[in-house]
Amino acid sequence: MSIFKLKGVHLRHCKNTAEAVPVRMEVPKKLVLPMSMHIGAPAVPVVKVGDEIKVGQLVGEPGKGLSSPIYSGVSGKVKKIDEIISVAGTHVTTVVIEPDGLQTVSEDITPPKVTNREEFLEAVRMSGIVGFGGAGFPTTVKLSAEVSKIDTIVVNGAECEPYITSDTRTMIDDAEYVAEGLALIMKYLETDKAVIGIENNKPRCIESMRRATEGMSGVEVKSLPALYPQGGEKVLVYHTLGRIIKEGQLPADVGAVVINCTTVAAIAKYIRTGMPQVEKCVTVDGSAIAEPKNVIVPIGTPVLELIEFCGGFKCQPRKILWGGPMMGIALPDLTMPVLKQTNAILAFDRKDATPPKSSACIRCGKCAAHCPFSLSPCDISKAYEAGDGEALERSKVNLCMECGCCSYVCPAKRNIVQKNKLAKAMLRNYQTSKQGGGK
Amino acid sequence: MDNSVLLVSPSPHVRARYSTRTIMLDVIIALVPALIAATVIFGWRALVVTAVCVASCVISEWLFEKLCKRDVTVGDLSAVVTGMLLGFNLPVSIPLWQAIFGSIVAIVVVKQLFGGIGCNFANPAITARVVMLISFAGSMSDFSTKNDAVSSATPLSGGEMPSLLDLFLGRHGGSIGETCALAIIIGGVYLIARRVITWHTPVVFVGTVMLFTLALGENPLEHALTGGLLLGAVFMATDYSTTPPTKWGKVIFGAGCGAITVLIRVFGNYPEGVSFAILFMNILTPYITSWTKKKPLGGVKKK
Repeated sequence: MSIFKLKGVHLRHCKNTAEAVPVRMEVPKKLVLPMSMHIGAPAVPVVKVGDEIKVGQLVGEPGKGLSSPIYSGVSGKVKKIDEIISVAGTHVTTVVIEPDGLQTVSEDITPPKVTNREEFLEAVRMSGIVGFGGAGFPTTVKLSAEVSKIDTIVVNGAECEPYITSDTRTMIDDAEYVAEGLALIMKYLETDKAVIGIENNKPRCIESMRRATEGMSGVEVKSLPALYPQGGEKVLVYHTLGRIIKEGQLPADVGAVVINCTTVAAIAKYIRTGMPQVEKCVTVDGSAIAEPKNVIVPIGTPVLELIEFCGGFKCQPRKILWGGPMMGIALPDLTMPVLKQTNAILAFDRKDATPPKSSACIRCGKCAAHCPFSLSPCDISKAYEAGDGEALERSKVNLCMECGCCSYVCPAKRNIVQKNKLAKAMLRNYQTSKQGGGK
Repeated sequence: MDNSVLLVSPSPHVRARYSTRTIMLDVIIALVPALIAATVIFGWRALVVTAVCVASCVISEWLFEKLCKRDVTVGDLSAVVTGMLLGFNLPVSIPLWQAIFGSIVAIVVVKQLFGGIGCNFANPAITARVVMLISFAGSMSDFSTKNDAVSSATPLSGGEMPSLLDLFLGRHGGSIGETCALAIIIGGVYLIARRVITWHTPVVFVGTVMLFTLALGENPLEHALTGGLLLGAVFMATDYSTTPPTKWGKVIFGAGCGAITVLIRVFGNYPEGVSFAILFMNILTPYITSWTKKKPLGGVKKK
């Protein structure tokens, strides 16, 4: 068991929508489906402009290697195949569908036949399910870990980012799906132990998950302190199993598979119904949103339509976030669609959105004191500014999970985590060039 | 909707409520009890000396930054803190021009020439005091005041040792802000409660002094309550820029300060050693910091 608690920060939780039962949004005016909603190779469109599309129909088949298929959440017609700039700032092929409003379900939708591990993995692959925690790592790859290596499944129900409550709702409304999905994963990964980690600011989720997993042997629902970034993969594994995932290792290397609770529920739903991942529960909140709520929305719905469904803006928005306030990305425009791994869209007014002015570092040491991995962020910034690759290597900046605690606690309001991200890129270049030079 | 009004900035999009300015404001608040005590003990001139130091620190910082075309940072209130601390370290009878000189040394020479806030390696107020101690030896050790009750040499420099209660309440000779132990402890508790500082440095510093003096056969309580020990331990040995940020670093720093203070007090030529001790440990700070840095979780040593 873990002896020390990792550091972090106490945030205002702002879980305003925790009691908001998700409502289903009607068909959007337009569906925008980027072929890359996951880590790995983009999917390849299998439709042409003018094709008739039904709900649940394959739009993009998985690319080579690490990839995931993409399905349509509406019935309608393919209007165009185009390129847009993704949230990450890269160009990505995108299929735009004009819905007909009929929502005709594809006749191909049948529950998959799952009797063994191979069929289970293939089912998860074709379900289009990716890690819904935010990273969008294709789930099937996670589950393909060697059976002999894995002894514990860790279900991530921490949801440590402020505002977001979509996982909260999964654990309350779909607890039996989470339990069912977990049972399937445990069966096909041949593990007899699982831990569901939930932050203690969500007692209803803990209670609901305890009730749902009653009678399942080897499953423990663990209440964790509400300390950001509790839901970080390495942090969660440390606090639930007491195992340290070292530099360059994956959770599988310490015998664990970490999987988000909504992902687990989605696997159970797919195995039961055969309907692939075409919709997502998204928390819409923030000081500029008229009616904050949880919305089940077809994947590909433009953010603007989603916000209009929530009563639009109650004041001029200054910043729209894709994700939570700690790690979310600020959107440059509202035509961006909701993706598979989107769990929140937050809009803030001028007061909440304006970043504070940064000033000189006063060497208070708070950034290092609050880093969950005991890094020294201010030293990393210094090494980055000096372009010192060797110092960056020593600083272990590659361990940084970019949680943002350092920037949060900085009294001088410096953008420390941004420097860490840049430093990680610099370190990669340095290591590549060093290897090249050595040969 | 007009997209041009949307702000794109790096995460995180929420920040802690405190800032450099509020931290400095907390330090100023913590210094107020000692300032009130000093005014009661030494009279209005204590307030005047402190005000002159604060004003000259702020003005010299503003002027220097204007001259160098740097961003003006007087708004972060750090110059106010430096001014107050310098004033607290001077005898009440100090000629005002000397106080102004000391302030300029603190801000321009010790702080700004090294790059301003966060870049100085030595504590500005302490260094300025040491410069003044050497430059104006006479007026810096003249503790006579109009108030007869306290117009004696400081207890450490051979004056009569007052009762412990008088030491605790500050009714004895000494620098403006250093005599009233009660007021300084109130300020220290406030800073710890507000999490501006941690208890490590002050407690270890004072503890080491008491332990060493006990071992050398002196009265540890008298040593703890006299001289600038408490003021130094609470307000100067806890300065962010010039002391280690790590927990064990703070412990080593405090212990080092304590040991050197006792060595100077008992065996040295100067009656008081707190300033020199902190200044010396300031120089060791980068080393202490790198010795006590925590190991990254999951870091793998390079083969």
